Amino acid sequence: MNALAQVAPLTAPPIDYAAIAPLLVVLGGACVSVLFEAFLPRHQRWPAQVALSVLVVAVAGIALGVYAGSAPVAGIVTLASALTVDGPTLFLWGTLLVLGFGSLLLIADRSVEPGGAFIASAVERASVAAAPGTTTGPTGVDPEHVDRSYGAPGEAPTMQTEVFPFVLFALGGMMAFVAANDLLTMFVALEVLSLPLYLVCGLARRRRLLSQEAAVKYFLLGAFASAFFLYGLALLYGYAGSVKLVAIATAAVGTPKSDALLFGGLALLVVGLLFKGSVGPFHTWTPDVYQGAPTPITAFMAACTKVAAFGALLRVLHVAFGSTHWEWRGVMWVVAIASMAIGAVLGLTQTDLKRMIAYSSVAHAGFLLLGVMAITREGVSSTLFYLLAYGFTTLGVFGVISLVRTADGEATHLSQWAGLAKRSPILAGVMTFLLLGLAGIPLTSGFTAKFAVFSAALGDGMAPLVVIALVFSAVAAFFYLRVIVLMYFSETPEDGPTVTVPGAFTTVAVTLGVVVTLLLGVAPTLVLGWAGAGGLTG
Amino acid sequence: MTAPPEVLPATGAGSLAWLLFAIPAVSALVLFLAGKRANAWGHVLGVASVLASFVLGVVIFVQTLGVAPDQRTTELSLYSWISSGTLDVDFGLRIDPLSLTFVLLITGVGSLIHIYSVGYMAPHAGAEPSSDSSRRRFFAQLNLFVAAMLVLVLGNNFVLLYLGWEGVGLASYLLIGFYQDRPSAATAAKKAFLMNRVGDVGLALAIFVLWLNLGTLQYTEVFARVGELSGGTILAITLLLLLGACGKSGQFPLQSWLPDAMEGPTPVSALIHAATMVTAGVYLIARTNPIYDLTPTGRVVVALIGVVTLLIGAVIGCAYDDIKKVLAYSTVSQIGYMILAVGLGPAGYALGIFHLLTHGFFKAGLFLGAGSVMHAMNDDVNMRNFGGLGRRMPITFVTFGCGYLALIGFPFLSGYFSKDAIIEAAFGQEGWQGWVYGLAATLAAGLTAFYMTRLMIMTFFGEERWRNLKAPDGEDYHPHESPPVMTGPMIVLAIGSVFAGFVLSAVGLNQWLAPSLGELQESPAGVLPHALVPWLVLACSALGVLVAYLVVGRRPTPVQRPEPVSFPVRAARRDLYANAFNETVIERPGIWLTRALVFLDNRGVDGLVNGLAAGLGGGSARLRRLQTGFVRSYALSMLGGSVFVVAALLAVRFA
Repeated sequence: MNALAQVAPLTAPPIDYAAIAPLLVVLGGACVSVLFEAFLPRHQRWPAQVALSVLVVAVAGIALGVYAGSAPVAGIVTLASALTVDGPTLFLWGTLLVLGFGSLLLIADRSVEPGGAFIASAVERASVAAAPGTTTGPTGVDPEHVDRSYGAPGEAPTMQTEVFPFVLFALGGMMAFVAANDLLTMFVALEVLSLPLYLVCGLARRRRLLSQEAAVKYFLLGAFASAFFLYGLALLYGYAGSVKLVAIATAAVGTPKSDALLFGGLALLVVGLLFKGSVGPFHTWTPDVYQGAPTPITAFMAACTKVAAFGALLRVLHVAFGSTHWEWRGVMWVVAIASMAIGAVLGLTQTDLKRMIAYSSVAHAGFLLLGVMAITREGVSSTLFYLLAYGFTTLGVFGVISLVRTADGEATHLSQWAGLAKRSPILAGVMTFLLLGLAGIPLTSGFTAKFAVFSAALGDGMAPLVVIALVFSAVAAFFYLRVIVLMYFSETPEDGPTVTVPGAFTTVAVTLGVVVTLLLGVAPTLVLGWAGAGGLTG
Repeated sequence: MTAPPEVLPATGAGSLAWLLFAIPAVSALVLFLAGKRANAWGHVLGVASVLASFVLGVVIFVQTLGVAPDQRTTELSLYSWISSGTLDVDFGLRIDPLSLTFVLLITGVGSLIHIYSVGYMAPHAGAEPSSDSSRRRFFAQLNLFVAAMLVLVLGNNFVLLYLGWEGVGLASYLLIGFYQDRPSAATAAKKAFLMNRVGDVGLALAIFVLWLNLGTLQYTEVFARVGELSGGTILAITLLLLLGACGKSGQFPLQSWLPDAMEGPTPVSALIHAATMVTAGVYLIARTNPIYDLTPTGRVVVALIGVVTLLIGAVIGCAYDDIKKVLAYSTVSQIGYMILAVGLGPAGYALGIFHLLTHGFFKAGLFLGAGSVMHAMNDDVNMRNFGGLGRRMPITFVTFGCGYLALIGFPFLSGYFSKDAIIEAAFGQEGWQGWVYGLAATLAAGLTAFYMTRLMIMTFFGEERWRNLKAPDGEDYHPHESPPVMTGPMIVLAIGSVFAGFVLSAVGLNQWLAPSLGELQESPAGVLPHALVPWLVLACSALGVLVAYLVVGRRPTPVQRPEPVSFPVRAARRDLYANAFNETVIERPGIWLTRALVFLDNRGVDGLVNGLAAGLGGGSARLRRLQTGFVRSYALSMLGGSVFVVAALLAVRFA
């Protein structure tokens, strides 16, 4: 009996199921989605997966809404203090769910690219599409049959429906990532969100070599960045004796241990996070992956991955390193300036639209860092708002990009967009509005977001950085405007692309992007209120 | 200083003030979206929308005239943009004498120029069908401009001001680059955009500083509470606002985009780059007069910028042979006068606006006249190819002549009233300021008379040099008078050029503007007696005319530009080296930065070797192989960044 008494009884930690229900729904839905993939016949998978994904996101959203209505303002820590569910978590979850919903719509669309944008055939079978200009691929396959040979003969081409469980798992990983209360949970979540993304990057139906190359690059560099994160985690554990964010904060103010561990650990940890957020100079994967990945996936990454990475960065810097911000802020200044400079200046020289938006995302990451660095309530709320605003605008942009096509697939070269407004004024108008949003013109969400972030930074004593940021946002506006001018004022090329009439899914996604960009520009009060509803718990 | 007038809610026609900019905005949208279907009636809609705005503006103006001066400042609240605890911004319109003055100028001159454009942009006989589309596009952009400009002047807070500010910048960028087949137009558009962005950053920063310190961006609250700020902060705000004004109004050191902007169609030069948009800087300073009132140092800087610019513009204007560029530098110089005036503080705000209005008339008229000349001369702008056109196009000659006389300050024409008042106020300052401002303004008046007389002589008088020349397009010149749709607006503007100064000073513009700008303070005696100043200016201008006659009028003008010339002429021909300066200080480093970043980003370290191989070999397969090689260099650059972050953090900690 004594021996038994010495072993402390294993009590399961209390779990606030209501609080983490959205996360559980998404991850559970992902598991069901895998089962669908295994047991449903091929022709039933697409409708079943689409219905399931939409249902999962909707149920998770409802669960979130129900909980948020009665959530304690101070936030709670649950699941053996692995997850924090506080104001920012709820806002970020909501952001991820609505952006994930929009991305899923783009992914599910089969009308723009017959059969959907996803396929996983071998490279040789699709090499014709990858190397336009040659009439036959290395194996001499007739180009007519190359891309469509998936599925039974005579049937419409089908789509690689594995993309749905992948995206749901990634979404679940992102939600866990932004709620993680300790670094180990954060690391696990990081891998959960990253691994599916590496895979789906390589699933493009067109330009397969480019797509697979992007996937491999993203994987290699992502693994590299994860290693940094993990090593940083180890150093911080050595310093604080705990992986909990709060414990690190406590240790930072009252431990005799060498600060080298603390700051070395912080640096490595932050590098891992900056990589995910595609902040320069850790952005190198971004243009290649944005260009190579199937456009709906690019939209998903640009919108949701950015939210997840910055949500986590916000939590780490504010909760664990808030008290030591005088030490790290100088370094982050340099990183922010580098990111803005790289994004704004290199964006000017791009000739591919997707690469251009990639550099734009690098520049936006730099602007976002301003909000993250402001260790104030305004810093948190403005960053959250910026993430939501940017996510929707960029989602809309990629939705529009997916509609402009030639026989070879999407026409992403800038010259192909010349004179587009003459043939498709509405599409050009939508794109113009979204680009003005990215440029931050008043009455779009971009202006409100920049305004909030810059004034938060100014309020926390970063005036010189705000000046620099304003200069770079002025420079960056130029390349957005270049696209607008190209669409309206250039002559249409002879073999110009055609504008596909979007199916319902893409229409809804693009409309969502436009409406939110407009609403957050003209009536941001409500969302600003949500973003500022509660501080980070820790 | 008088207490700011009470702000009342707008009533009657004032509650429809949002239609002022909504009408042209909707018209622009329709013209953009309707496509070719609107080619036939697009220009009619464009003109009608601006005319409608003008009529509504007049109605509101008349209604406002009917109430007592202390009740003329009204606001129309549109809706609450942000109202979270810390930040409250209401979108609303401020309808007061200052904004109404601008509304009438923008829609009035705007209507005339829209009408003129119907003729100017009309497709030539035998032109390809696309020119119909291009005229529709032109009117769409012109309407967009009018809408944005009205938002700029009507907003009751700095956010709406900024929205309009960006909007007019966008429209101006599009319209400068309107002739897309000309590379020079694209370059000029880019230059205008970039230099304007420099100014925009200043304005944005000023807005941030205001919001940070006061937590509000409504004019009423900002002006009521700006006195709480420290002197340094106020000075910083005024200088940042001035930077914004310099960018938009082509003031030193950001003046060199404005002459290049003449690459746009001539009606654009008249409306945007002479009469309205470029005066936005003057509006900005006049509107924020409660802030400038608090900082004498800030006002001195404003006045000095104005003085430097008005001299630069006048000097360079003497050297150009391009008729539109001479007028452009004249605009730079005249806006310099306005900036000088608003820099004088309560003694000059109203005078600046006064000159802005008269200038709006005569400079728009001069540009339309220049456009008429170009229309007649196969779009040639080189005055050395003109000569003797007065007999060929009498209406243009007479209307242009009215604008010319008004600009050089011929007694009892518009410029005489407004420019002399500024020079008098300048001499009215005490100490060195009075002498510097006054003498510079007088000297520039003489130079103005010189270059404008030179322009008149070279264009309308003398030998018909074009008879022996071929136009750039290889045709003979056949100068002819323009159609009535073009001469009509020119005649109206000429009448304005002659009478506007007298009428505006007779009806008491200064008292009308007092609720917005404060009472105009008569400057004390200053350094020169008031009675002497008009004679001095008149003498100086007469001298300028005389010298121009002796130098240009009595000798035949060579068709080729004389070379070599003395240093001052050489310097003036090269824009006083402003472009060379910009190139060295801004453009080159920018290009280097881009190149360096592109190099680092695309090539990395080992990419250099591969890049050379790809460049030599070419081919997509090779490029793809090259790209897989990039992962190494990507990883290297990440490693470099990480080493930097780690080292820097540790260095900061242990240094």
